[in-house]
Amino acid sequence: MARIREWWSNPWGKPRFLALFTMLYLVWSIVPILIAIRFSFNDGRSRSTAQGWSLRWYLDDPDLSIRNDPDLHTALFQSLRLATIAVLVTVPLGVALAIGLTRWRGRGAGTSRAVSLATLVTPEIVMGTALLLVFVHVLTFIPLGTIAQAIGHITFSLVFVLIIVRGRLLAIGPEYEEAARDLGATQFQALRLALLPMLVPATVASAIIVFAISMDDFVISQFLSSGTATDTVPVRIYSTGRTAPTPALNALATLTLGLTLVVALVGYLLWRGVRAARGGTGSALQDFAALDAEPLR
Amino acid sequence: MPDPDRGVGRGNAFWAGLALPGVVWLCLFFLLPFYVILCVALGSVHPIFQTPRPEWNPLLWRTGAFEFVFEGLFSSGAGFQKVFLRTFAYVAIATALSLLIAYPVAYFIARFGGRWKGLLLVGLIAPFFISYLMRMLAWINLLQDDGWVNDVLVWIGIFDEPRNWLDGRASSVILGLVYGYVPFMILPLYAFLDRIDRSLLEAARDLGASPFEAFRLVTLPLSMPAILAGIVIIALPMFGDYYTTDLLSQSPQTSMIGNQIFLYIRGGQQIPVGAALVVVLMLFLTVLMGYYVVSTARAHRRLGG
Repeated sequence: MARIREWWSNPWGKPRFLALFTMLYLVWSIVPILIAIRFSFNDGRSRSTAQGWSLRWYLDDPDLSIRNDPDLHTALFQSLRLATIAVLVTVPLGVALAIGLTRWRGRGAGTSRAVSLATLVTPEIVMGTALLLVFVHVLTFIPLGTIAQAIGHITFSLVFVLIIVRGRLLAIGPEYEEAARDLGATQFQALRLALLPMLVPATVASAIIVFAISMDDFVISQFLSSGTATDTVPVRIYSTGRTAPTPALNALATLTLGLTLVVALVGYLLWRGVRAARGGTGSALQDFAALDAEPLR
Repeated sequence: MPDPDRGVGRGNAFWAGLALPGVVWLCLFFLLPFYVILCVALGSVHPIFQTPRPEWNPLLWRTGAFEFVFEGLFSSGAGFQKVFLRTFAYVAIATALSLLIAYPVAYFIARFGGRWKGLLLVGLIAPFFISYLMRMLAWINLLQDDGWVNDVLVWIGIFDEPRNWLDGRASSVILGLVYGYVPFMILPLYAFLDRIDRSLLEAARDLGASPFEAFRLVTLPLSMPAILAGIVIIALPMFGDYYTTDLLSQSPQTSMIGNQIFLYIRGGQQIPVGAALVVVLMLFLTVLMGYYVVSTARAHRRLGG
């Protein structure tokens, strides 16, 4: 009792109840995933009784494994294809948009920022419906399927690039380009030689984010899919998660998660490399954690 | 020697040109689609095939689909009203539970993370790299008849026999919503709480406040904008959610507004009704956003910020 009173009255001690609560939260958030991963390696068909370990649902099962069920590996390739297209288009488009909207002084800049912010708060089902109807009734030359899905992914991930790069731009300030201009560089040269090199870490960070949210996306991919051939991994989980689930579905989810993590890790190492080479400081995790809409205001 | 002032006026055009592709993209694939939703909702359908015929001219708009939606919304006990109230209840409960979980966790890591902060942050960010659908799949595994949740509950002795958790239970759907969305609330809360100036807390303590009073009188009021932002960040997408209830319940008893939209839009029949529902949902969320903007401004003003 005395110890409890002592602990309570010590203003700098750690609150143990909060510590326990945080631990319980982390366990609750991670353990279900670990269990799902464990059952992807189950030798039997059950997803709740441990029945030994095997790669049956990845490789060996003649009909139902990822390797041998075309629906499953098609979904994996479709997810990767969309995420790659999304990164390749969104990052350049978003970096240019962020630089333009930050440096451009005019009424259009504020309006454009507000529109970008609106994409952030629009529920995906609204954007999915809107894009579906636009492709069916107006832009009819764009067929549903990969291209339509990619356009959807680019549209909703653009704002994340804008937030990350704009945050960095506001921190850098205009002095470096002004110096370059004073030294005789043209506007384009100042952009290419002074500004862009300083934006490399933010660019890498936004590429990781775009990849991850594209892999994660479900609603847009489903609304704009043209059929089983363009279903992504989340769409497959949705359509068979309750009707015909086998551990192969867990295997598919695990493999997707693994690939996402590998890309994120490679991106993170790259980010750390370029950041160190450019003399930046701070922790990447803290940077990602600080990811919010603050710079858009 | 180039004239230093020469670039200023022209520079603006250069920056605007740089932003142009992105702006055009957003107009084409974000603003234009909203107009198309309106035109479909206020258009007509083909008399035989039931395919929608959008009406591009606002002067010829017909309100049939909206009348249908409003009739369903405002006559008591009708389908849409029930679904709307249920959606609102689910979102409110799930958001409140998320806040009760998110705030203590974010607060602990921001204030007391210490040298474990990096590792704890990895734990917070990890769910962002795990697909939402995979996280729901994990709960399908756990909640099925012979799943681990039933095993544990029977083993402890809370229930005599396993229950079917995936058969239209509101509790399962709300659990899924909280599990799915709480990480999106913790991170902004953490980012904000981490920025709070600790000397304010020390001052409160020096002036005689107990740790709890210091929290109640300093930290909590300071974090009001972040709490509101966290609520908006998870409540808006929850209003458009249909997959959580589809995966964890599958029953019309737990159907949300998103399920209705999905049914009308992807089901093919009466697409204008689906489009009208989307417009109504958007208007409702815009009102919520307006309330958020006003209360944040008020909170900032009160803090003198």
